[in-house]
Amino acid sequence: MTQADVPRRPAHELRADSVTLNYGGRDIVSNLSVTIPDGKVTVIVGANACGKSTLLRGLSRLLRPASGHVMLDGRDIHSVPSKEVARVVGILPQSPIAPEGITVRDLVARGRYPHQGWFQQWSAADDAAVEHALVATDTAELASRRIEELSGGQRQRVWIAMALSQDPDILLLDEPTTFLDVRHQLDALDVLAALNRERGTTIVMVLHELNLAARYADHMVLMGEGQIIAEGTPAEVVTAARMREAFGLEAQIISDPVSHSPMVIPVGRA
Amino acid sequence: MSRTPRVILSLSVVAVALALISIAVGAYTLSLPDLMATLFGGGTPSDRFIVLKLRLPRVLLAVLVSIGFGLAGALFQSLLRNALASPDIIGISGGASVAAVLSLLVFGATGLVVPLSALLGALVVAFTIYLLSWRSGMNGMRFVLIGVGIAFMAQAVLGYLITRGDVRDAQQALVWMVGGLGGSSWGDILIMAVSLAVLLPAVVVLAAKLRMLQLGDDLAAGLGVSVQRSRLALIVVAVALVAIATALVGPLAFVAFVSAPIARRLVGGGGLALVPSALVAIVLVLGSDFVAQHLIATGAQVPTGIVTGIVGAPYLLWLISTTNREGRAS
Repeated sequence: MTQADVPRRPAHELRADSVTLNYGGRDIVSNLSVTIPDGKVTVIVGANACGKSTLLRGLSRLLRPASGHVMLDGRDIHSVPSKEVARVVGILPQSPIAPEGITVRDLVARGRYPHQGWFQQWSAADDAAVEHALVATDTAELASRRIEELSGGQRQRVWIAMALSQDPDILLLDEPTTFLDVRHQLDALDVLAALNRERGTTIVMVLHELNLAARYADHMVLMGEGQIIAEGTPAEVVTAARMREAFGLEAQIISDPVSHSPMVIPVGRA
Repeated sequence: MSRTPRVILSLSVVAVALALISIAVGAYTLSLPDLMATLFGGGTPSDRFIVLKLRLPRVLLAVLVSIGFGLAGALFQSLLRNALASPDIIGISGGASVAAVLSLLVFGATGLVVPLSALLGALVVAFTIYLLSWRSGMNGMRFVLIGVGIAFMAQAVLGYLITRGDVRDAQQALVWMVGGLGGSSWGDILIMAVSLAVLLPAVVVLAAKLRMLQLGDDLAAGLGVSVQRSRLALIVVAVALVAIATALVGPLAFVAFVSAPIARRLVGGGGLALVPSALVAIVLVLGSDFVAQHLIATGAQVPTGIVTGIVGAPYLLWLISTTNREGRAS
């Protein structure tokens, strides 16, 4: 498939309206509202346990809000049939499980589930989506290998490929670079950036690494204690004062010499 | 995936061969032409009696219950992502046995009431384990450990019922403990066939969801599977498969447990291998039953479940040791 015949995505609106999300009776995210900019890369950052993964679970309808609503195209996401949501919103959780012995191609093919009906068998469109996902993530040459045989970096690209074969317009990822070395982190993020650039897929991800977040984000959401501290462009969000507030970190902000995005140089504890 | 059709074909050939041998061979052995003539409506009256009244029901019931055991094991093991999580290990077959024996010996039930009691008993056990192991999420290992505990309890209750009840016939008691095909009748065959006719379409529909659940609850939910509802439906279907089979022939030791792992080893590739699992179960049960009837020469017949147990237990050990080796390698 060449770039020219890849259609741009339809526009969608995903937003949280005063949502409170809790686990075991404890509010992790309270009364938070956010609108995900369509067609952009949004990165959610914040200190450990600030509620960023929980917010992502809420946005992806894995967690039902205790109050408030997550709205997808003007409808409460929990009122839309789950399979219909899955054709628009994809979620790659932090620790997905690969069945023992499964090959890369079979795993990637499982992402096609929301596009299949009760009696509708595997179609040419399914094949094309799987091929495209394998090529886009540079995993085509691994297609017949078993997942257990792959390195951590390859495995993560395969999971991203599975999310791509689902063909969502909005893709949510919970720390897609965890356990990867720096080169493989960049590999994974480059795949996602290309997906956004070439197909207009909206990307929302939780990232730990602030400088990578600032480099890859169009829009940043900085969280602390279940609230949004700031959101906007990386330049607006990544400031010395905000780093102090969100992380208790004394830092200097310089311009990344490569990407010219803001770069955090930690000095010490605030 | 490409190995699946070949494996299915080979297992089918072996299963058919075993079935024919089981029907032909015995104290009175039929030649192949005589056997075929009898099966297709001809044959002498005595051949017809031996084949249609004595041997064919036993083989047919063996095939049908094996499908139940094989599929139930495969479904449970995939659902709980744990090779130990088969209904015979985690007390679900035990619950079915207890309820069936209770209905038979204490309440004097007959006919359809016995399999329905077994179904109820197995469901009670399954949901007891489910509730006890639930801690804001489902954990396969916790499910298995609680199930193993319940399996021992079921075995104890079963032993108690059998000693308290008026079971003079040790053979019959053994059937409830380990399973046997001795009492196969056309009525049993009908019950199992109707049950499969209802349950197999449900398995087909749920298999697609189970393939997603294998990826973890979050990913499955993200792909559009309603996780709780699908899991509940899968448990009910798998429990029904094993409970009805158990009500008819007892818990045929280890069949549910070993069939899917063997099938997956033959097929490879991380799929559910449902059809191969059912076929492995058929081959295992037909083979074990033949051994039990003809190769272990004792005065009384050995229940089939004893032989499946003898086959299954060493396999379990081998499975665990090789799995560990591969686990370290990856």
